[in-house]
Amino acid sequence: MRRLVAALLLGVAACSARDAKDVVPEGPWGLGRAPTADELTAWNTNYNPTGKNLPPGQGTAAEGKAVYAAKCASCHGDAGQGMPPAYPQLVGKDPTDFSFDNDFKIPHTIGNYWPYATTLYDYINRAMPLTAPGSLQPAEIYAVVAYLLAANGVIADSAVMNAETLPKVKMPAHDRFVVDDRSGGASFR
Amino acid sequence: MTPPDAKRPQGPDDQPDEPEISRRALLASAAGIAGAVALGVRPYRLLAQGPAAAATAATADTAVVVPPDPTAVPGMVTTARGIRSPFVHPERAPAGVLSGASFAPLQNMSGTITPSDLFFERIHNGVAMVDPAQWKLMIHGMVERPLVIDLPQLMRYPSVTRTYFIECSGNGRAAYRAPKPDMTPQQVDGLLSTAEWTGVPLSTLFREAGVKPGATWFVAEGGDAARLSRSIPVLKGLDDALLVWGQNGEPLRPSNGYPVRLLLPGFEGNTSIKWVRRLELSDQPNMSKDETSKYTDPIPGSKARQFSFVMDVKSVITSPAFPQQLTDKGWWPIRGLAWTGRGKVAKVEVSTDGGKTWQPARIEGNNLPLAPVRFEQMWKWDGNPARLMSRATDETGAVQPTWADFKRVRGIGTDYHFSYIRGWSVGSDGAVKYEVEA
Repeated sequence: MRRLVAALLLGVAACSARDAKDVVPEGPWGLGRAPTADELTAWNTNYNPTGKNLPPGQGTAAEGKAVYAAKCASCHGDAGQGMPPAYPQLVGKDPTDFSFDNDFKIPHTIGNYWPYATTLYDYINRAMPLTAPGSLQPAEIYAVVAYLLAANGVIADSAVMNAETLPKVKMPAHDRFVVDDRSGGASFR
Repeated sequence: MTPPDAKRPQGPDDQPDEPEISRRALLASAAGIAGAVALGVRPYRLLAQGPAAAATAATADTAVVVPPDPTAVPGMVTTARGIRSPFVHPERAPAGVLSGASFAPLQNMSGTITPSDLFFERIHNGVAMVDPAQWKLMIHGMVERPLVIDLPQLMRYPSVTRTYFIECSGNGRAAYRAPKPDMTPQQVDGLLSTAEWTGVPLSTLFREAGVKPGATWFVAEGGDAARLSRSIPVLKGLDDALLVWGQNGEPLRPSNGYPVRLLLPGFEGNTSIKWVRRLELSDQPNMSKDETSKYTDPIPGSKARQFSFVMDVKSVITSPAFPQQLTDKGWWPIRGLAWTGRGKVAKVEVSTDGGKTWQPARIEGNNLPLAPVRFEQMWKWDGNPARLMSRATDETGAVQPTWADFKRVRGIGTDYHFSYIRGWSVGSDGAVKYEVEA
């Protein structure tokens, strides 16, 4: 991760000399106000791989199976098989060698493609279910996450997902992601 | 709970491989002309009824009548909003979905600016309708002074106006994976649009909030039902990023993020978060769904590129192109658009023999960084089959690769940043078809 970040920052810095800077007066302008505690609580909903912001609560795959059946299965199928092309397939271990460049028809699933387990919590919390985003409670989200990770063979069926355990889950495709090495110039990458 | 519309593509990676161009859209032009001419025996009726009726006409949509001789009768009265000529029917190609795209009709456009109602759409759970009185932006995380501002406050900061393109990084996917002869420029490259944007440099707001040492990323979040979120290097925010409220002389359209969107010039379109409501400064990316499971690029070697922000150099001929038909031999202009996310377009070349030989095309008008240029090359068609291609080079020296080279380097399964050379065949009958390979 550190290598990825450092290379990215270099890349962005390299193109910053590209065009004329916007010249605007610098201020300070003293507009706006500090956020209230309530505003921060309501909107502070980024859950990155450190897990530092994850809320209390927990769930297991068995609990998640019921939540999934009620809230997710109508679009994503009773076993996470999806409803292509409308709704993505969620469960699938193959290909285990990440050979997606050969065939665009291979579904990118949680098990074969997603690099971080915390992404499931972040995404389900912010955007799912499609017709009622933001409606699931933390325990329901942990449970659905546990169900999906277990269905993909990433965690044991009995594993409990919470703020402690979820960030420790290592995803099968974690090491497949590389820094963008395109930087313009004559060599096409 | 039932799926909103199971039959239609919904997911972010499920844009139709072939955007839906309705038969109606293709026929609308001909039908519109025929209909207008049929009605055209009368002059503008409401004007003929007097000033009161004319005032009504000025505020209502009225039937437009085309007289046989426009010099023989008065024309239309003044109106509150302009209309397109009844002979002109440009349309996006919507699939009518909550998560998906509608493509801009590149073949119907001139110059480089996209009319705001034709600007391409890419949405992740519907077009959010936001009350500007309720809108606020929160900047928090690794900053000295967390900040909440409303819209009138945002508009009080020093502003700039700049012309930039926005392009979906999936643009060109269908024509790459499954090229078909009856693809239009809209279907090939319609996820590209350009506007004159007005807003506040993000660097101004970062200065106001005070970026703490060690803050290398900011996570931008939209106020739509997807709360779409992307992690962006702080250096981009300090460079040329804008928070914009103006688009082509008016407030943003809802599908462009009204009242305020982030605008990251040269970066893939999804990072220019619409309906933006929150920026959290951090020492690491959030690894949200749309920067891990989507918007990452599988490449050979069992890897995927992540945070592949910058759009590669590209070009497309928009005329002649399907469904155009060359009517006779002689001189025809080859016209198109070229653009790059890495500064300015340096050169555009055109081939009429499928890439065997290339001639420099004329770059017409202003050449602005991170905005498309128009190119044009006069071509004398001799009536024989021809293969038209364009190849752009940007100021970094990057050149568009052939389809075969692109496939070899990136793989047929790569998912974004399709910068291969596009092409059109011209038959001896003058029919123009999409054809990418020699």
